[in-house]
Amino acid sequence: MQRSAFQIFFQTGAWTVIAFLVLPLLVVLPISFTDTSYIGLPKEGLSLQHYVNYFTDPKWLGATWTSVWIGVVVATCATVLGTAFAIGCWFLSDRASSIARWVLITPILVPPVVQSLGFYRFWVVLGLIDTHVGVILAHTLLALPYVSISVFAALTNLDRNIPRAARSLGASVMQTVWAVVVPAAKPGIATGFIFAFIVSFDEIVGVLFITVRRVSTLPKMIWEGIQDNIDPTIAAVATVLVVITLVATAIGVMRKK
Amino acid sequence: MPRINEKVSYWMLVAPALAIMVIFYIVPVLGIWKIAFTEPETGVANFVAMAGSNAVKTSFIITFRVAAITTIGCLILGYIVAYAISNFASKFTPLMVALVILPFWVSVLIRSFSWIVLLGRSGIVNDTLKGAGLIDAPLRLMHNETGVLIAMIHVMLPFAILPMLTNMRGISGAYVQAARSLGASEWTAFRQVYFPQTMPGVMSGALLVFVLSLGFFVTPALLGGGRVLMISEYITYQIQEFLNWGLGSALSVALLIATALVLLIAARFVNLRSALLERK
Repeated sequence: MQRSAFQIFFQTGAWTVIAFLVLPLLVVLPISFTDTSYIGLPKEGLSLQHYVNYFTDPKWLGATWTSVWIGVVVATCATVLGTAFAIGCWFLSDRASSIARWVLITPILVPPVVQSLGFYRFWVVLGLIDTHVGVILAHTLLALPYVSISVFAALTNLDRNIPRAARSLGASVMQTVWAVVVPAAKPGIATGFIFAFIVSFDEIVGVLFITVRRVSTLPKMIWEGIQDNIDPTIAAVATVLVVITLVATAIGVMRKK
Repeated sequence: MPRINEKVSYWMLVAPALAIMVIFYIVPVLGIWKIAFTEPETGVANFVAMAGSNAVKTSFIITFRVAAITTIGCLILGYIVAYAISNFASKFTPLMVALVILPFWVSVLIRSFSWIVLLGRSGIVNDTLKGAGLIDAPLRLMHNETGVLIAMIHVMLPFAILPMLTNMRGISGAYVQAARSLGASEWTAFRQVYFPQTMPGVMSGALLVFVLSLGFFVTPALLGGGRVLMISEYITYQIQEFLNWGLGSALSVALLIATALVLLIAARFVNLRSALLERK
C-alpha cells in the first residue's frame, strides 16, 4: 500500500519519540563498565570493578535490602487497606464514598516536598524520624491511591447482581466480599501490589526528609552518590535496575501474546 | 437484614484506609498551613515576606514556565506516539505500547541520572559532538533550563501519552472515513474531524503533566544544579539551609493553592473524575 506523507510523518515521528523515551535509559550500561574511577565512557577497556563494588559494599547491599523489604511490607499493607477500601466504596457507590475516594488520592496531587514537610513535622511529634516504621507508614500513604484506583478499575466490570445473588442465598457481607468480590478484583489487586512496591522502592523526597543516618534506602544512596558526583557505582546499580525492568517488561509482553 | 446494617459493614471496609489517610496525611499537610501562620510568630508576616521577595517571584515564574513548556512538549510528542499506536495497527503496536510504559518502571532518580550522564560538560553528547569535530568547546546543556526541560519532558511523557491513548482507542474510524469519502484530504479530515474528538484525552494529559510538573523536585534539582530554582527546591533551601520553617511553609501553602487553582480551572475543560479518579 502506498503510504502518504501524512502517515510517514506520524510513523517515523512516533518511533523517534519512542527512541527519545527509551534510549536514554540505556546510557547507564556502557558507563557501568567503565575502567575509570569517575563517571564516563570506558577508556582503555571494560571493567567489572563497579559491579564488584556494588555487590561487596555492605552500605550498598544494606540499602538495597532495606528498600526491598520495606517495599514488600508497604505493598502488603497498602494492598490490604486499599483493596478493602475500594471494595467498600464500590458497594456503597454513593456521594460520601465518592468523597472518600477523592480524599484517598490526594497524595497524587500534593507536591512531594510539601507532603514531606508535613511528614517531617508530624513524625517528629510521633518519634518516628529515622525509623523504619516511619518510612513504611509514609510510603503506605503514598501507595494507597494507586492500589485504590487499580482495584476500583477492576471492579467496574463486575456485575452488581452477582454479589446480590450471593447475599440473597444467605452469604454474609464478609463472605460475599471474600468469595465473590475479591476474586473478581484479583487483576486489580495484583497491579495495585506491584504499583505500591514500585512507589515505595523508588520514593526519594520523603526519605530525604524523614530519615537521617540510621535508615538508608537505595534511592537515598543513589541521591547522595549523584550529589558527590564521582562514583560510577551508581551506573552499575542503575544498570542492574534497568535490566531487571527490561526483563520484567519482556516477560509481561510475552505472556500477553 | 435491615439495609442500614449492610451500609455499616461496607463503611467498616472503607474506614481503616480512610482513617490512616486522614490522621497521618491530611492532618500533617494541614499542619503546614498552621506553621505558615504561626512560626516564628502568629500572623501573616511570612506571606508578606513572600509577596515582597523578588527571589520568590522569580522562582514562581520559573516554575510555571517550566511546567508550561514541559506540558506543551509532552502533548506534541505524546500526541504523535498515541496517534501512531491507535491508528496504524501493525505487529509492532504491542511493542510500542510496552516501550511507552517501560520508563514508568524506572525510577525518576535513575532517569535523571541518565540525563546527567548524557548532558554534562564532558557528558556523552558533548564528547560525541567534540569527537565528530562539530564543536570546539562543550555546549552548556545542563545546570540550566534547557537540561531541566529535556529531562522533565522525558519523565512526564508517559503521563501525557496514556490518557491520549485511552481516548483515541475509543474513537471510531467511521468519521474520518466518511470525511475522506466526501472528498476531504487526509490532513483536513485529521484536523477537522479526528483532532476535535481527541481533545478530552489531550486535556487530561495536559492536566496531569502540568500539575505533576508544578510540584516536581527531583529532576529540576539534579539537572538544574541550583540555577533553575523551582518552588519545590526553593522550599527545601529555606528549610534545610536557613531553617526558615515559616517562609518554607508559606511557600508550600502557596504551591498547594496554585495546584488547587489549576485543578479548579481545569475542571471546566476536563472531566476530573475520569482524568484522576478513574485513571487506568
